[in-house]
Amino acid sequence: MAVRSRNFYLVPYLLWIALFVIAPIVLIVYYSFFDVEGNFTFDNYAKFFTPVYLRMTLNSFWYALLITFFSLLVAYPTAYLLTKTKHKQLWLLLIILPSWINLLLKTYAFIGLFGTYGFTNAVLDTLGFGRHQILFTDFSFVFVSVYIFIPFMVLPIFNALEEMNPTLIYAARDLGASGWTTFRRVVFPLTISGVTSGCQAVFIPALSLFMITRLIAGNRVITLGTAIEQHFLVTQDWGMGATIAVFLIIAMAVTMLFTGNREVRTKR
Amino acid sequence: MKQLIRLFASVFIAAFALMYVTSYLNSSQGYSGGNTLTIYNWGDYIDPELIAAFEEETGIKVIYQTFDSNEAMMTKIEQGGTTFDISVPSEYAISKMKEDNLLLPIDHSKLPNLTHIDERFMNLSFDPNNEYSIPYFWGTVGIVYNAELLDGKAPTSWNDLWDPALKNQILLVDGAREVIGFGLNSLHYSLNDTDEAHLQEAKSKLAALTPNIKAIVGDEIKMLLANEEAAVGVVWSGDASEIMGENEKLDYVVPEEGSNLWFDNMVIPKTARNIEGAYAFMNFMLDPEHAAQNAEYVGYSTPNKDALALLPEDISGDERFYPSPELTEKLEVYDNLGKKMLAHYNELFLEFKMHRK
Amino acid sequence: MTSKGNRFANLYLIAVFAVLYAPIVYLMVYSFNSGGTMHGFDGFTLEWYEEVFADTRLLIIVLNTFVIALLSSAISTILGVIGALAIRQVRRRQPRNTLLSLNNVLIVSPDVIIGASFLILFTMIGIRLGFTSVLLSHIAFSVPIVVLMVLPKLQEMSSTLIDAARDLGASSWDVLTKVVLPYIKPGIFAGFFMALTYSLDDFAVTFFVTGNGFSTLSVEIYSRARQGVSLSINALSTLLFLFTVLLVIGYYFINNRNPRTTLRSTDGEAAKR
Repeated sequence: MAVRSRNFYLVPYLLWIALFVIAPIVLIVYYSFFDVEGNFTFDNYAKFFTPVYLRMTLNSFWYALLITFFSLLVAYPTAYLLTKTKHKQLWLLLIILPSWINLLLKTYAFIGLFGTYGFTNAVLDTLGFGRHQILFTDFSFVFVSVYIFIPFMVLPIFNALEEMNPTLIYAARDLGASGWTTFRRVVFPLTISGVTSGCQAVFIPALSLFMITRLIAGNRVITLGTAIEQHFLVTQDWGMGATIAVFLIIAMAVTMLFTGNREVRTKR
Repeated sequence: MKQLIRLFASVFIAAFALMYVTSYLNSSQGYSGGNTLTIYNWGDYIDPELIAAFEEETGIKVIYQTFDSNEAMMTKIEQGGTTFDISVPSEYAISKMKEDNLLLPIDHSKLPNLTHIDERFMNLSFDPNNEYSIPYFWGTVGIVYNAELLDGKAPTSWNDLWDPALKNQILLVDGAREVIGFGLNSLHYSLNDTDEAHLQEAKSKLAALTPNIKAIVGDEIKMLLANEEAAVGVVWSGDASEIMGENEKLDYVVPEEGSNLWFDNMVIPKTARNIEGAYAFMNFMLDPEHAAQNAEYVGYSTPNKDALALLPEDISGDERFYPSPELTEKLEVYDNLGKKMLAHYNELFLEFKMHRK
Repeated sequence: MTSKGNRFANLYLIAVFAVLYAPIVYLMVYSFNSGGTMHGFDGFTLEWYEEVFADTRLLIIVLNTFVIALLSSAISTILGVIGALAIRQVRRRQPRNTLLSLNNVLIVSPDVIIGASFLILFTMIGIRLGFTSVLLSHIAFSVPIVVLMVLPKLQEMSSTLIDAARDLGASSWDVLTKVVLPYIKPGIFAGFFMALTYSLDDFAVTFFVTGNGFSTLSVEIYSRARQGVSLSINALSTLLFLFTVLLVIGYYFINNRNPRTTLRSTDGEAAKR
């Protein structure tokens, strides 16, 4: 019985994996062995280990880490406080809602908000801080990225918090734990699964951000995603683009392996 | 469980209801009938009134789809699965598409209005005898500047960009050939140069420009310049005329060292279905009155000499957009450098972008 | 919690919401700008709203976008739940991790890669570019996020719950519909909404796999951006946004007025069990 039901679930899922995951990966790996003129080569891999691409990789990881960190920093309290509100499901929906507005439009709005003569600078100016360059800086890039990823971080954490048995907190409190200790020793460890899936849902796509690297960071930040987009759409050097993608997939697998193992450990 | 079922049921019902409405709208608009012409063009690169006029004149329903780069367009056409009857690539893309056998040859006898095109823009190196393409618009690459923000100083050459006074004031368009090209031009090399020493020289010269560069952006460059986010921008002439219309403080100059001369031409992709319709449309657009109307709307320079005569004097006499013969001499069309060299240009451009201030 | 802590909590939430909605308010305000650009407010006008309603093609595109979003997120939620169940059933760590990694490939892959590889895939299989290809790709890239949302719920569920149901004589189907699905329902909802979000937001993948006159809103907006986004797009977004807000709030309150479904809040659910 168990065997049959397992097969039943696996069939459609494996079909999906075969068609939309394995096939594209195979295509990508296949393309990574060809140069622009369609000759078989390993050059793309050699090129990846030149300083230009290594620095780009380092950059991407650094920014993705920053983005994940700040997303978590903002999202955890948000999710926590949301669970305390009266209409929490509604508020949660309202957190997700902004992401249904087209990203490009919101990015344009940010250009307007952050511009030299934009809203933020007008406020700063009237407060006596003077005008600053906000657009095309690391700050605006990280800010807008965090903005984009917040819902993806809030949601799993919120779910994990909701799952938590509230009596555990009362118990901790009764045993004399302070609010902070309760949070550190009880709440946070119990919601670590939500934090992990939130971080995965942010860190991994953050590695391959593009478009806002141009619109908000003015190409001052070049991530692996930007490079891939360039190679596929502009240079038409699909081989090099595919090679970077191969490394991204490897990076993803490694990330998953790490977070996956930790999950198992906390389970025990 | 009940709630789950309810959610999914309502989602499916809503989706199918919407699909019904869509197909109703589609058929009421004539999009699903047989007599359609699919045009694959740059965004907002035609006066919509002309499409309406064409539909009325011929009874053909036009489906207008847009792309934002030659490369994206070529990828689409190369992969097939689509039926575009007309596309408007730039000249280097045309030679590439020709090589890859993606275009149908054009029968000039079906285009009586072709005689209105200026001889200067026919029979160019990227398409000898215009076997595959018909001129649509042309233009240059140059510098847009805000005279007020520059205290009346006006750049006239590429080398003026390196002025330390312009610190953090320059916006560049995100194109490898454009940026490497003006790097080469500023050293008085050809922008089709393939000599490695010259390219490296251009690269280090461009690296010295980074303190002056505020950002390297795409189409937003127009909005940013019009909003005075920066004082100087390197742009295509068509974009320049558009932003100058929005902000009167801006002016455009084609640098004296020379620059790029580009063309966007109409072609019929291999995948076309309504070939007769495609000819009808091309001929319609070649009509001087239509071409003039289109040029006024889009703001790019028209290759149609009889249309030019119909345009108001302040447009047709504007040397910034219809440069004098002496300046035209110095302008160069991008050669098809081959995939390898192009990849090298892009690699250099990437390194330039990675160069920290 | 003290009232001081409460006030701080409220302030924090207000700040978060203010930032989240700032660009949207900005877009909305400028949808009434007679100046024609998102810079410098010249005066009030409704002309952009009139333009939206006069543009049948734009309306068709909006409807297309919704159809694709609804269908793809519903189907991918079903597939994703099945996938999560499948992963849970795999007991050994090695194949399980492999499955999970494969699952996440589409999340990590940049949209451009997904788009390009899907494009090659579809043309290889011979699927005509248009509605079908866009729907298939949206389903494809939404499945992993549903799995990610559902899986933690499944893992939290103790197996004794299922064993107990089995002992009481429940069939596999009963176990699934009466025990497992109700338990993981919050995850399913979250997955559905994430899928919806992904689909409505996607530009790059759709851009590659669409064709033959079919278009979605984000692709249309992107291609119109060449000339600077027209404010009619702002007007359209404003309308859509207000519509969704009304829908969400209405849905929530109708659901909550019905006393039986008030139990759906998780505390209530626990009490029910």
